Amino acid sequence: MKRFIGFIKKEFYHIFRDRRSLFILFGMPIAQIMLFGFAITNEINNVDIAVLDHSKDATTEEIINKISASKYFSINQFIEKESDIDAIFKKGKVKAVLNFEKDFSKNLIKDHNATIQIVTDATDPNTANTISNYVNAILIQYQSVLNKDINITYQVVPETRMVYNPELKSVYMFVPGVMTIILMLVSAMMTSISITREKELGTMEILLVSPIKPIQVIVGKVFPYIFLSIINAIVIVILSIYIFKMPIQGSLILLALESVLFIITALALGILISTISETQQTAMMISLMGLMLPVILLSGFIFPISSMPLPLQLISNIIPAKWFNIIIKGIMLKGVGIQFLWKETLILIGMSVFFIALSVKKYKIRLE
Amino acid sequence: MSDNKVIQVEKLTKMFGNFTAVNAISFEVEKGEIFGFLGANGAGKTTAMKMLIGISNPTSGKANVAGFDVFTRAEDIKKNIGYMSQKFALYDDLTVKENITFFGGIYGLSRTKIKEKSAVLVEELGLEAVANKLVGALPLGWKQKLSFSVALLHNPKIVFLDEPTGGVDPITRRQFWEMIYKAANHGTTVFVTTHYMDEAEYCDRVSIMVNGKIEALGTPRKLKEQFKVDNMNDVFLKLARG
Repeated sequence: MKRFIGFIKKEFYHIFRDRRSLFILFGMPIAQIMLFGFAITNEINNVDIAVLDHSKDATTEEIINKISASKYFSINQFIEKESDIDAIFKKGKVKAVLNFEKDFSKNLIKDHNATIQIVTDATDPNTANTISNYVNAILIQYQSVLNKDINITYQVVPETRMVYNPELKSVYMFVPGVMTIILMLVSAMMTSISITREKELGTMEILLVSPIKPIQVIVGKVFPYIFLSIINAIVIVILSIYIFKMPIQGSLILLALESVLFIITALALGILISTISETQQTAMMISLMGLMLPVILLSGFIFPISSMPLPLQLISNIIPAKWFNIIIKGIMLKGVGIQFLWKETLILIGMSVFFIALSVKKYKIRLE
Repeated sequence: MSDNKVIQVEKLTKMFGNFTAVNAISFEVEKGEIFGFLGANGAGKTTAMKMLIGISNPTSGKANVAGFDVFTRAEDIKKNIGYMSQKFALYDDLTVKENITFFGGIYGLSRTKIKEKSAVLVEELGLEAVANKLVGALPLGWKQKLSFSVALLHNPKIVFLDEPTGGVDPITRRQFWEMIYKAANHGTTVFVTTHYMDEAEYCDRVSIMVNGKIEALGTPRKLKEQFKVDNMNDVFLKLARG
C-alpha cells in the first residue's frame, strides 16, 4: 500500500509539472463548456431582418411590430423594391426579408387571404430553417387572434409543448455532450499517453524489473485520472447550473455514479490503447481519431442518431459515449432514475469489462 | 547450490517463433564478481539478460538467480536484484530527491531508511547543490551515476547493468567503473553488458556471445592467451569474424 501511495504521488508530480497536461485537464473543460454554451448555439437571437412592405397599411404595421417585438428578430431596415433583396443578402448582415404583397389589408378582408413572402439567406440552412419557423409561428399566433371572434365550425388546433427543454435552449444539449467529450478525452487520452510515456522513456522496464506488480503500475497510473476526471465532471455540472441555469432534474448521486462508470469505461479504453501503441504520439493519434471523432459525430450529441443511415446507426452502438449521453441526458433533463437507465448502464459495465479483459490479455507483463 | 554462486545458468534458450535468440547458454557467476557479458548488437545479450531479471520467459533450460528459479520465483528475484537499462531511466520531471524517494518506495524501503540513504547518496555523488533540482537539468554523466546509485538503493545481491556507459565521456566512464568496483567490494555481484572492449578488461570474467551462443568465457587474461592476441578488442574481432 505504501508503495502504491508513493506511486500515485509521483503521478501527480508528472501531471502538475507538465503545462500541457494541466491545460488539457483544466483549461479544456472550461473552454469547451464556455464555447458550446455561449458561442455555438442553434438558437437564434436578434437576427437582423429587412422588410419590403408594398402595402404599408395597418395590418402590415401590426405584424411588423409583433415581429420586431419578439426577442428573436430586430428590424434592420426597410427596403423599397424587390431588386434590393439580393443586394441586401450579399452584404451578409440581414438573414431574412419579409415581403408583404400589395393591398395586404384589403386582400385579407375581401378574400380572407393575403400573402407574405419570407425570403431567407440559406447559406446556413439550419438558421434559415429556424428563422422561417419562428416567423411562421408569430404569424400563426397573429392569425389566431384575428380569427378569435369568427366562429369556424371545424378547426384543428395544434398545441405544441416542448417538454424537458421548453425554451429549446441548446446549452441543455451541449452540457451533457461536452461532459461526455471531456471525460472521454481526459480519461482515455491522458492515461494512454501517460502509460506509453513510461514505455517510451524506458522507465516502464525499470518498473517491471522492480517488485511492484504490473497491475499496481496500471492502477497507480489511472488512479490520478479517475480523481481528476471526477473533479472535471463536478466543475462542468457547477458551471452548467450556475452559468447556464441548467436544472438537474434527476438524482445527483446517480449522475455521479454513472459518471464514474463512464470514466472507468474510458480509462479501460485508454489502457487498451496504451497496450497497442509504443509511442506517445501513436497513443495520441489513436485517441483523437479513434475516440474523439466518433464521440463527437456518432454519440448523438450533435447529430441525432435516428436520422443517420442504418450502418452508422449500427456503428453508433459500439460507442460508449452514445450510451453515456443517453444516461446523462435522461438524468439531467428528464430526471429519470435507474429504472429507466439500467439497460444503458449494463451496456457500459459490459463494455468496461470487455475492454479491461482485452487489455489484460494484450498487456505484455513480460516485455518481449 | 553453493552460496557463492549467485547466478547459475544451464542451457538457457529463448526462441521467438523459429528464430533462436539465445541458444542453450550455460555459465555461473560468483558472489562479488564483476561479470562482463559481451556480444555484438543482436547477439542475444539483452534477451538473455531479460530472462535473468524476470521480464522474459525462457523457452527451455534452467536458470537460478540470487537463489531463485527464474521460471517459478521471478517475483523473489526482483526483490533481490537491481537493474539499470541502457536508456537513462529516472524521471526527468522529478527532482533528484524525489527520484530516490520514489524508487526507494517501490523497493519497499521505510521512510527513515530512504531519508538516511538519500542523504548519504547525495553526498557521495556530490549532488548536494542540485538535490532539489529536476533530474532533467543534470548532465548525462551525472544522471548515469545517479541511476546506478538508485539501482543499488535496496542493497541488491546482484546488479544488472545494460550498457551503462553508452554515450558518456571517458572521465565519467572511469568514475562509473570506480563505482562498480566499490559496489563489488561491498559484495554486490555486478553483471554488466558493454560494447566497449576496454571496459571488458576491467571485468573479473567475461563471456562473449555470438549469434545466440556463448563462444568464449573466462578471465580477460585467459581469453587473450587463448586467442593469442594482446587486447580484448582483438579477441572480440577474432570471434565475431569466425
